[in-house]
Amino acid sequence: MKTATESSVANDGHKDWIPLLDLATREVFQMMLGSQLKTSETTADIGLDITSMVGLAGQLCGMLSLRCTQKLAALMASKMLGTDPGTIGPEIADACGEICNMVAGNFKNKISGLNDGCMLSVPTVVTGSDYQMRSLSDYPALEVRLELEEMPIVVSLEIHS
Amino acid sequence: MNSVRALIVDDSSVMRKIVERSLNQAGIKLAKVFEAGNGAEALAVLQENKVDIVLCDINMPVMDGLEFIKQLASVENAKGVPVVMITTEGSESHVVQALSSGARGYIRKPFTLEQIRERVLPILAGQT
Repeated sequence: MKTATESSVANDGHKDWIPLLDLATREVFQMMLGSQLKTSETTADIGLDITSMVGLAGQLCGMLSLRCTQKLAALMASKMLGTDPGTIGPEIADACGEICNMVAGNFKNKISGLNDGCMLSVPTVVTGSDYQMRSLSDYPALEVRLELEEMPIVVSLEIHS
Repeated sequence: MNSVRALIVDDSSVMRKIVERSLNQAGIKLAKVFEAGNGAEALAVLQENKVDIVLCDINMPVMDGLEFIKQLASVENAKGVPVVMITTEGSESHVVQALSSGARGYIRKPFTLEQIRERVLPILAGQT
């Protein structure tokens, strides 16, 4: 396992963290939703109208985001609560924020030397897709594209330092 | 094991439900479940109610889980009540801080049912 410092020295934009981001996401869905994610082949971002974000500060600064459709967000919330997707209401944002928070926490736990030096913000959830996000990122975002029941999930990590 | 009165403390209502469901699925009979959205609310619940175990997040608004543990000793009803932290914060410093403050166990989110059984059942078995 590489440490955060070793990866910084590599100066490769932390591309070696992509498999860890992928694994961290799959583990959260498997453990907390009982769902197996598949790798997505699509690169289209159409209809991803729920965005959950968690900030990282400290040794690693940046933002981890998780985007999906409203329909998938409702499915995720229903799986977490063990209820019917049709009965889910305001819990959707709470559920998406928690999933994003757990992915961020699980990801940083996988990087040796990073865990003690990196804090997570409380999650923020944005509804809608007609917006642009500008981040002071030093590298291209690390991105993992997965899907649950053929609906896409895009997990991105923007690193500031 | 007797039925258990549990207090679940997390600022996410979804996560509180997940923890409750996980306790059930782990085979823990719940007589009563109290919920609180932060440490201050949890202290208020404990002023009025006796519980057998507290499952508590760390990162919460108003009063976080670590401060909650520190103030727990001042609540007469809560003396000796075991606290298990359930949190995404898995850093060594957080674990050490929580355990040295009096937490009896520490579970990282995401968690498995097996982890709930391993960390919670022995604590309850010593109690009930």
